[in-house]
Amino acid sequence: MTNANLPRRSWVQRWHVKGIGWTALMVLLLIGSSKMTDVNVGMFFSNLDQFADLIVRMSNPAWDYLSVIIQPLIETIQMAILGTTIGTVFAIPFALLAAGNLVHNKFLRGFDRLVLDLVRTLPDLLLAAIFVAIFGIGSTAGVITLAIFSFGMISKLFYEVIETIDMGPLEAMESVGASKITIIWYAVLPQIMNQFVSYFLYTLEINVRASTVLGYLGAGGIGVYLQRSLNEFNYGATAVIILATIVVVLIIDGISNHLRRVLL
Amino acid sequence: MDEHLATFLRGAYEMEQAPIISFKHVSKVYSNGTVGLKDIDFSIPKGQFLVVVGLSGSGKSTLMRTINRMHEVTEGEVYVENEAVSAYKGRSLRTLRRRIGMIFQNFNLINRSSVEKNVLSGRVSYYPTWKSVMGLFSAEDKQKAVASLNRVNMSEKIYARADELSGGQQQRVAIARTLMQDPKIILADEPIASLDPLTTKTVMDILKRLNQEDGLTVIVNLHSVELAREYADRIVGLRAGELVYDEPISAVTEADLNKIYQAI
Repeated sequence: MTNANLPRRSWVQRWHVKGIGWTALMVLLLIGSSKMTDVNVGMFFSNLDQFADLIVRMSNPAWDYLSVIIQPLIETIQMAILGTTIGTVFAIPFALLAAGNLVHNKFLRGFDRLVLDLVRTLPDLLLAAIFVAIFGIGSTAGVITLAIFSFGMISKLFYEVIETIDMGPLEAMESVGASKITIIWYAVLPQIMNQFVSYFLYTLEINVRASTVLGYLGAGGIGVYLQRSLNEFNYGATAVIILATIVVVLIIDGISNHLRRVLL
Repeated sequence: MDEHLATFLRGAYEMEQAPIISFKHVSKVYSNGTVGLKDIDFSIPKGQFLVVVGLSGSGKSTLMRTINRMHEVTEGEVYVENEAVSAYKGRSLRTLRRRIGMIFQNFNLINRSSVEKNVLSGRVSYYPTWKSVMGLFSAEDKQKAVASLNRVNMSEKIYARADELSGGQQQRVAIARTLMQDPKIILADEPIASLDPLTTKTVMDILKRLNQEDGLTVIVNLHSVELAREYADRIVGLRAGELVYDEPISAVTEADLNKIYQAI
């Protein structure tokens, strides 16, 4: 079954040298890094019984605690919505300035991206700790943390979407004699609106989850109660909080998945 | 003949023949060293139907875009209505572009927007940015949009989304958008390259009608020699950025045109 017309493959191609080589290198790097960082996989398995013990203690949810956490759960969702919205509003101009197909000035774009990179580098837990110190314990610190976190994330997602749009309509609007802002409004926004909404909802989901953790640092919401119940070894309450959070996250996931499907 | 009358007639004749566009030794070299245009020097009288032929990459699109400054030239000057286009900036550049309608191979409509919004977008340069953005078009201009659509037989699709239309219909909407500018010149860059033979005829007929009924100067880039011969008043040929052919339609022979398409 040899075809005389085909060129011969080199031995590198025939023995898949590149594929095998890269795989071997990755495996070596993985083993090396676990050695150097002293990660002990054995410990994970030997301590599994403690994990099981915790599960057993939590297997008896204190359902009457539910009435206590409804209010903070709502607060968590409100924090997430507020934070995401504020972050998005600020992210839009920064995303437009960071898009290579809209802004040809390299320095302006580079500076803008530098700012965005810096914002994204700050971990949300660090932000929460800082803002709790500034604004005191409460949801204000949480909202600001989420706003900055959403800003960093959304601006990057947005400008990457902007860079994939069809430039044809922009050229047409330019030839019509439209100003820059009009071009963006008429030719850019309609092309990206659905993806914008989709990413907004995605960030909202992440923020609902994140805000439970932020509460741990005193940034308001359900996390405060999670921390309290754990400190008091009140595992029944912990179980209720976790279950309720899962339900909320599932509902928000469902709504945003549905909206994304309808929109795209 | 009376001498004064003769002078008057000559004057009238010259005015009639005054070029609406002239290229004076126009060259363009791209930053990577590629030669786009090489010493282009010719004029286009008002009301002419000019067809530019040439292979892909011969500089047809570039030449066309130097007229409305979508491309800059590196040497020489382009004059539109006796004014050097390089002198335009900002707002005045936008009013230059407003006088010059442009039609594209890929139609460049805003797919997710309605036909009406697409057509009205051709009018934005007559409005301040904030009014365009808010969509505050006058009742007259909305009437004008209907009238423009009527001219291309598309008014029954006014509320359809642009991406629901066939290619030929989209190109007709694009022409209606251009008409909203009240242009004096129409530039059509391969307007029928993505259309079937039947819709090709419709679109070319519309362009010819605008040329004859409204006296618009029409410049069309084409690949098809037959279409060029059928519609043009004059044919110019480009090869590797150079003007290699320029004849009125009465002097054009099949052999000439085939020569333009031959490899060097």
